[in-house]
Amino acid sequence: MTQTVIWTVAILAVLGFLLALILFWVARRFKVEEDPRIDEVEKVMPGANCGGCGFAGCRAFADSAVKAANMDNHYCPVGGDEVMQKVASILGFTVTAKAPQVAVVRCNGSCANRPVVNDYDGAASCRVKAALYSGDTLCSFGCLGCGDCVAACQFGALSMDPETGLPVVDAQKCTACGACVKACPRHIIELRNEGPRGMREVVRCVNKDKGPVARKACAAACIGCGLCMKTCQHGAITVADNLAYIDYTKCKLCRECEAVCPTGAIHGVNFPRELDKEAVKKRIADRKNKEAANG
Amino acid sequence: MGKVTFSRGGIHPRDCKYARECAIEELPLPKTVYVSMVQHLGAPAKPLVAPGDSVKVGQVIAEPGGFISAFIHSPVSGTVKGIAPRKNLAGDPVMHVEIAVEGDEWDPAIDRSGDLVTDIPDDKALILGRIKACGVVGLGGATFPTHVKLSPPPGKVADCLIINGSECEPFLTSDYRIMIERPKEVVVGAAIMQKVLDGCHCVIGIEENKPEAIAAIRAAVAELGYPDIRVQVLRKRYPQGGEKQLIDAVLHRQVGSGGLPIDVGAVVQNVTTSFAVYEAVQKNKPLISNILTVTGDKIPAKLQHNYLFRIGVPLSFVMEQAGGIPDTAAKIVSGGPMMGKAVSNLDATTVKGTAAVLYLSEAATRRQKESHCIRCGKCADACPMGLEPFLLNRLYKAADLEALEKNAAQDCIECGCCLYSCPAHIPLLDHIRQAKGQVMGVIRARAAAAKAAAEAKKQ
Repeated sequence: MTQTVIWTVAILAVLGFLLALILFWVARRFKVEEDPRIDEVEKVMPGANCGGCGFAGCRAFADSAVKAANMDNHYCPVGGDEVMQKVASILGFTVTAKAPQVAVVRCNGSCANRPVVNDYDGAASCRVKAALYSGDTLCSFGCLGCGDCVAACQFGALSMDPETGLPVVDAQKCTACGACVKACPRHIIELRNEGPRGMREVVRCVNKDKGPVARKACAAACIGCGLCMKTCQHGAITVADNLAYIDYTKCKLCRECEAVCPTGAIHGVNFPRELDKEAVKKRIADRKNKEAANG
Repeated sequence: MGKVTFSRGGIHPRDCKYARECAIEELPLPKTVYVSMVQHLGAPAKPLVAPGDSVKVGQVIAEPGGFISAFIHSPVSGTVKGIAPRKNLAGDPVMHVEIAVEGDEWDPAIDRSGDLVTDIPDDKALILGRIKACGVVGLGGATFPTHVKLSPPPGKVADCLIINGSECEPFLTSDYRIMIERPKEVVVGAAIMQKVLDGCHCVIGIEENKPEAIAAIRAAVAELGYPDIRVQVLRKRYPQGGEKQLIDAVLHRQVGSGGLPIDVGAVVQNVTTSFAVYEAVQKNKPLISNILTVTGDKIPAKLQHNYLFRIGVPLSFVMEQAGGIPDTAAKIVSGGPMMGKAVSNLDATTVKGTAAVLYLSEAATRRQKESHCIRCGKCADACPMGLEPFLLNRLYKAADLEALEKNAAQDCIECGCCLYSCPAHIPLLDHIRQAKGQVMGVIRARAAAAKAAAEAKKQ
């Protein structure tokens, strides 16, 4: 009995030692030299593995960044400039600061604005719904309301507003990773510059139907009248396919477009004061009179 | 020979063929028709008329937009009012030719008499030319251009033509009515297609729940005396009318993944297509009308009809003529309850392939709350393609395209058996249909890349 125990222990000990030797040899012989900076870069990354940078995760980003010649194709939208500065200092690059971005929902087709004409009873997924038909309202461009974007967001920044039936972005939590942009089959969500103190001007409509058709489908639709484009002094607004679009890089936040929009499709976000439409309209009229007087 | 059926999966939904005793009536003409340019599988047709043109019944108004496409003819006589996008059944804009109806003046080349013409032309090319010129497409559901299907690619030979009279979808009775009322025309149509396929065997498959149709077609076959046409009784089972299932049932041959019926020497055509082929070849009448069933559950008998309708008539007009939409209707479906499409736009028009307007009650149509998969395997038992719907559903959720392709999501025929049999009410088909689309996209992209690479190598 005792002997059996002793033999067992002895054999196991010898086996263990031999195997350890093999492992030791294999580890030395087949050692992969990895750039130690990959670990360093990965350490400063947010670790969300969201894929917002276009790589499979933070490790893949670090791996690619270390091999890259410059930082042009590498930007972590979650970590933003702060993280990119750290990454650049590890790798000895310089990065130019990028304006922080945020996801913007470009549809205001709430239950009140956009009457529902038929009842959808299929799988609760925008992608499935979009493949089946043009949606339960007369608008075949706007939000389908099944919340694929909410499901795609890893940061809890999106939620469905039960009252309007539209997704709402929590700008504090949004990291602009772009997962919702990819998830939306109607391409309603867009990444835009956050703007100074979060102020921005957005056309909250993507309907490309002609004016009367769009208006019939939704009270808050852009009808492509072009008033905003004519009013804008900064050339920030273009109208294509019966739809206005504000270029956020050119917009100076004067809010004149918002004041003249007949359907209220243009929205100003995070402005400290409410828009006094009449005052702005008067300002525009005065300017036009002056221009006319000057010939 | 005894009754046969396909070997794998399938379900037995209730028959519900309430409109089976309703004889075919001719639907009156509305004031305006809207003829869609997308009535067939393949490229949209290109309009040949301009606003202001006057057209006669049967006049060509659009030509094929590609190899797989079809001619479209005016279903009415009158004046072309416009060519503009209009919302289809699903609410998506599609080109339509709008024609204001004036009288009912037919193209004189069309033989409108009811006489049966049994002498089949000898020239194969002539027959195929007529089928193409008359815009005949498969009326079993897929609306694939018939002349393309009847021209097997080089190196492939069809040894059996199967005429599909199974009509396995519940509620639908249009194929049944045509077999009862026009059996001889159907058989002549079959003989024409048999001739085009170099005199191969011909089997007309009919499900056992239609004994009158079986008797009528058998009598017509015996009377007309064409060689090598027989009627095969099929055991009732859904989806027997699926091409691959029907080939399995009749010939006991399996069409492989990604394969076509011609790969196993079979061509399948619907009985209504056979009738359309008869009219095209023997009467020179283009495909401008078809039979549709107006029916539903829990609706009065007076609202149930089988109509001979002119293509392009708005669905709302059909419903109005049939006696209005019943109060019990919670959902209106174009086609059968299993594979038909819900109508979200009542102003959509009928197309060549429209087979039914179906009113379903709240109880019959409302989906129940989804719960968790209990791994019972009923979906896998029901799948006629031998797929594992529960697995495909999970792979779709994990977005694993590689695994989806390996598990043959692309082979799904969208029959809905999995969804029908799932006790947890999981929207299996909705998800698998998405997965199928994604996998098909990957396969197509790969094929295109391979083609481009081969061409680059050549140069």
